[in-house]
Amino acid sequence: MIWDWGFTLEILPVLAHAAVISIEATLLGFAIAASLGLVLAVVRIAVPRTGWTISVLVELIRSTPLLIQIFFLYFVFPKFGIVLDAFTAGVLAIGIHYAAYCSEVYRAGFDNIHRGQWEASIALNLSSWTTFRDIIIPQAIPPIVPALGNYLVALFKETPLLSAIAVLELMQTAKIIGSETFRYTEPITLVGLFFLAMSLVSAALIRALERLLNRRNAR
Amino acid sequence: MGIRTLVAMLVVSLAVISVLATQATYSLFLPGLLQGAVLTIEIAVLGSLLAVIMGVLAALARMYGPAPLRWLATAYVEIFRGTSALVQLFWLFFVLPQFGVTLDAFLVAVLALGLNVGAYGSECVRGAIQSVARGQWEAGTALNMSRGQMLRRIILPQAFIAMIPPWGNLFIELLKSTALVSLITLSDLAFKAQQMNQNTFKTIPIFTLVLLMYLAMSLTVSIGMRLLEKRASIGLARGKAT
Repeated sequence: MIWDWGFTLEILPVLAHAAVISIEATLLGFAIAASLGLVLAVVRIAVPRTGWTISVLVELIRSTPLLIQIFFLYFVFPKFGIVLDAFTAGVLAIGIHYAAYCSEVYRAGFDNIHRGQWEASIALNLSSWTTFRDIIIPQAIPPIVPALGNYLVALFKETPLLSAIAVLELMQTAKIIGSETFRYTEPITLVGLFFLAMSLVSAALIRALERLLNRRNAR
Repeated sequence: MGIRTLVAMLVVSLAVISVLATQATYSLFLPGLLQGAVLTIEIAVLGSLLAVIMGVLAALARMYGPAPLRWLATAYVEIFRGTSALVQLFWLFFVLPQFGVTLDAFLVAVLALGLNVGAYGSECVRGAIQSVARGQWEAGTALNMSRGQMLRRIILPQAFIAMIPPWGNLFIELLKSTALVSLITLSDLAFKAQQMNQNTFKTIPIFTLVLLMYLAMSLTVSIGMRLLEKRASIGLARGKAT
């Protein structure tokens, strides 16, 4: 018997429980990525001469594997006296990694804002903070929401990496079930199906969102 | 980022690696890590090759194939883009043997990463083909060329240039994903790092070297792809009305 339905039903609640951890890690990681990415993109514009430093930083983060960055935070930080538990280290690493990608998305959003908007706010004597908060960000964010959504999905698909530092998310749980019962077929396939379902649903949601935003922008 | 900055970053990272290599704590780990890097490069190169083949085949099947082939290609792309690379790697490594197909870890690594990136690649092949102006097809029709001829002689050579930058990004993604193969017991760069870390607890030198080595490899790919793009677009004025 290659596929055992009884066994499948037995492990389903355990995996569902682990899925909650995966989703938590995704949401926390994305919160870090989205906010840190925005900070990077804003600093680049607001503070002169940081552009090059931020480009290099982004390039450094994007050019090295996320897995190594997770290990780095998990193993190297304790050497400096900062001990992070596995979940925190993992979420932080994923968040920082995707912040680099998100900052580029924000940058594209800011680049699309017409120069005249900046000039107008200078003419109105608005501070650069007010300009960002009230003029630029409200116009720059909506068009890039679908692109950010894609990174949310991509980030979600990276959460299995946390299993490498023994966070009890979906993949780790599936691996434990596999090593205890010597049945890998059901747990790993279920994890795959779970990710597939989530990805397809979120892809559909992002497309719907895109249509909605296009309709609003095409006034 | 400009090609000069990339070259500068590559030179700096190689310089830092060689300076570190002269220091006792670091030089201890370099040979082992380099050994791991060789496996990483092997998997990345073979995986990229498979990814390109799968990407082109899947894109052509989805665009021009008969219905069953189109469905098959769509299923392939959706499945491999919808699940994560690690799940695919584990599935091939742990689940396939239960169906009686046992592949060795190296083959699993190349297959999983190649198929995963190929699925993303098929979308960029499709995009590039669609970006070729409609008039090119019409000109082909006017010259009484067959569909295959047009595709081979007119459309694909132009689409090829549009494909280079996104493929560059994908090759870097693939190179970074090779770190995952350490989790199915292949002794690549990431595996060596972990192993040395567990044996010696010299965490900082080991992971610093590893990050620099991955950086150097990624930058080499970036620079290579930029040069290829430059070379391939000689004599072509893309996007300009002539």
